[in-house]
Amino acid sequence: MSQRIVIDPVTRIEGHAKISIQLDDQGQVEGARFHVTEFRGFEKFCLGRPFWEMPGITARICGICPISHILGSAKAGDAILAVKVSEQANKLRRLMNLGQYVQSHALSFFHLSAPDFLLGWDSDPATRNVFGLIKANPDLARKGIRLRQFGQEIISLLGGSKIHPAWAVPGGVRGPLTTEGIDWIKDRLPEANETAELALSLFKGMMDKFKTETQIFGNFPSLFMSLVGPDGEWEHHDGGLRFVDAAGNILADHVAAADYQTVIGEAVEPWSYLKFPYFKLMGYPAGGYRVGPLARLNCAEHMQTPRAERELQEFKGLASGSVNNTFLYHYARLVEIIAALDTIEQLVSDPDIQSDMVRADAGVNNLRGVGITEAPRGTLFHDYTVNRDGLLEHVNLIVSTGQNNLAMNRTVEQIARHYVHGEKIEEGMLNRVEAGIRCYDPCLSCSTHAVGQMPMEVSLLAHDGSVLDTVARA
Amino acid sequence: MAVKTLTIDGKAISAREEQTILQAARENGISIPTLCQLNGTSDIGACRLCLVEVAGIPKLLPACVTRVGEGMEVSTDSERIREYRKMIVELLFAERNHVCAACVENGHCELQDLAISVGMDHSRYDYMNPKCAVDITHKRYGIDHNRCVLCGRCVRVCDEIEGAHTWDFQGRGANTRTISDMFVPWGQAASCTSCGKCVQACPTGAIFRRGSTVAEMQKDRTRLDFIVTAREKKQWIA
Repeated sequence: MSQRIVIDPVTRIEGHAKISIQLDDQGQVEGARFHVTEFRGFEKFCLGRPFWEMPGITARICGICPISHILGSAKAGDAILAVKVSEQANKLRRLMNLGQYVQSHALSFFHLSAPDFLLGWDSDPATRNVFGLIKANPDLARKGIRLRQFGQEIISLLGGSKIHPAWAVPGGVRGPLTTEGIDWIKDRLPEANETAELALSLFKGMMDKFKTETQIFGNFPSLFMSLVGPDGEWEHHDGGLRFVDAAGNILADHVAAADYQTVIGEAVEPWSYLKFPYFKLMGYPAGGYRVGPLARLNCAEHMQTPRAERELQEFKGLASGSVNNTFLYHYARLVEIIAALDTIEQLVSDPDIQSDMVRADAGVNNLRGVGITEAPRGTLFHDYTVNRDGLLEHVNLIVSTGQNNLAMNRTVEQIARHYVHGEKIEEGMLNRVEAGIRCYDPCLSCSTHAVGQMPMEVSLLAHDGSVLDTVARA
Repeated sequence: MAVKTLTIDGKAISAREEQTILQAARENGISIPTLCQLNGTSDIGACRLCLVEVAGIPKLLPACVTRVGEGMEVSTDSERIREYRKMIVELLFAERNHVCAACVENGHCELQDLAISVGMDHSRYDYMNPKCAVDITHKRYGIDHNRCVLCGRCVRVCDEIEGAHTWDFQGRGANTRTISDMFVPWGQAASCTSCGKCVQACPTGAIFRRGSTVAEMQKDRTRLDFIVTAREKKQWIA
C-alpha cells in the first residue's frame, strides 16, 4: 500500500512549510515535495500605491533581510525616476547590504545550522538549537551572536533601526554615515574578522566528518545564477546576471536588470504557494537553477580582496566545474562573510560615505523600473510598472528562496531516497530532511508574496502514518 | 470685557467671556486632546476628541466650541470621558485604512500620537476597509484618502488663511470625501495656488509632499498660526 509521510512544521527556517514524501507499493520513496503553505499577497495589495513608498512597504515582507527589499525597491525606483544614484549613495547602499550579509549569514550559521553540526544531527531535538549551543559551547555561541550584532549595528548606524529602516529611497539614500558610526565599525571589525575566520576553519575541519551529508544533501547538477561585476567578479548589489551550468560553463552573461524576463520564466504548481522560476532557454523544469551564496561563488571568477580571493579559489578547488553540493552552501556563506568584512573595511575608510550628496530628485520618467540586488539568500527582483503619476499598476517580485524551489524539492527527494526504507520513519531522517532544506537558509515568508486562488491539498494522517482522508480544493 | 469665573478639574479659573473651554483650559495649563482643532483656523467641533463634562448637563460637550460660562464646573478627565475618547480614536482607525508601518507620516502623526495617549492597543470595531484612492496628480503634493480622518483642517486652512478654497467635502457620513475644486484631480484644480498650507495642516499622512518615502514627512503647523497672527496684528507693516 502506498503511504504518505508528512513533516509539519519544518523548524528553524524563516516561515512555515510542510513536506510530504510519497512511498510506492514496495515502501520505497517515489517522490517528495516541499510545500510552502504561507501566503502573503504583496504583488496585489501594493497596486495603487505611490512607488516612493515601496521600499518601506516591501521591507515588511521580511524581518531578516528587509534591507534586500529596501535596496531592490529603491533601485526599481531609480529606474522609474531615470536617475543614476550618486557614487556616494551607492557606496552607502552597498555598505548596508554588506552589513546585512554579515548579520544574515551569521544567523544562518550560528543560530540555525551550527546546532546540527556541533551537537549532532541525532541529538535531542529539544536542545538541538541555539540555546543548546549556548549551553554546550557558550564562547562560540557568544561570538556568533556578536558577529550578527556587528552586521545589525551597521544597518542601524546607517538607517536608524536594525529592522525595516526606510533609508534607501528612489534616487539614493536619506543620509550618510556619521563619524561615530565609522569609529564603531572600525573598532569592532577585528573581532568580527576573528569570529568569521574561526567559523570558516571550524567548518573546513568538519568537512571530513560530513562526507555523507555533502554527498546526499542535494548533490546534483543544476544551473546557478547570480549578479557578477563587469569583469566577472563577485557582486552583491550592482552588475549583471550570469548563468553558469554544473560544469561551470557560462550560459548567459551580464544580462541587464531590465532584460531579466528574457532569461527567467516563472512556473506554478498546484501544491505550493511558492512559484518555480526557471532559465527560459532550457525550459521548465530542466532550467531550474540555484541562487544564493553557493551560486554567487560558482558564478564569480574572482573576489575583490586578497583574503576573500584565497578563500574563493580554495572553495572552487572542491570541484572541477561548479560546486554542486547543496551542503556547501554553509561553506559559501562563511566565505561571503569574509568577503563582506573585507569590503566593509574598505568602505569605512572611504570619505564618500560621509558625503551628504546622496539623494537625487526627479519625477516619473519611465513607466517601468526593475531593480535587482543580491540578497543573502540569492538574487532578488523588484519589477514595477507605474502610471504617469507614479502609482503602481503592476508589481512582480521574484525572491531568492523562490528560485531555489526546484532545488529544494530535489534535495528533499534525494535525502528521502537515502534515508527512507520501509514504512517506518527514523528521527534521524526527519532531522536530515530539515537540515537539507536549511542549507538553502530558505525564507518562506519572503517568497510567497503573490496573490491568487491556488489549489490546496490537506492530508489527514493516522498515528501509524496511513492516509485516512485527503481533501482537495480545485 | 466681561470675565467669567469657572472651575476646570476643580481648579478655579477666570476667562474672557468669548473664550472657549478649550482656550481657557490651555491658558491654565490644562491639556485636552484635540484633532480637528488648528490654531489660526475656525473651530468646528468635528472630531469630538475634546469632549468634556459640565456639571448639570447630561451630555458631553466639545470644549473647542463651547463658550465658558459663569460658575461652570468642567471636568476634562473621567472614566466616561476616557472611554469615549478611546472609542473615537478606535472608530477613526476602523473607518479608513491606516497602516502606520508603511505611512509617510509614521512617527510624526497626530492620529498615531492620539492612539498612544488614549491607550488604544487595538480597535474593537471591525475595520471597514473602504476602497480609497491616492491622488498624486499635483506636481508637488499628494493626497491619500486612506489616511484622511475628515478633520477638515485642509478645507479651513485653504479657505480661511490662503483664501483659495480649493478643498471641500463631498458626500455624507463615512462616505464623505475631501475633494479639490469641483471634484477634479488635484493636479487639475485651477484654484490651487500650490502654497502647501494644507500639507502642513494635515494631522496624518493623508496630505503629503510628493515623493515622500515612509516615515519622512514632518509638518510644521506653527507657521500657519504665525501667518494668521502676523496678518491680524499687521506685523508686516512697519
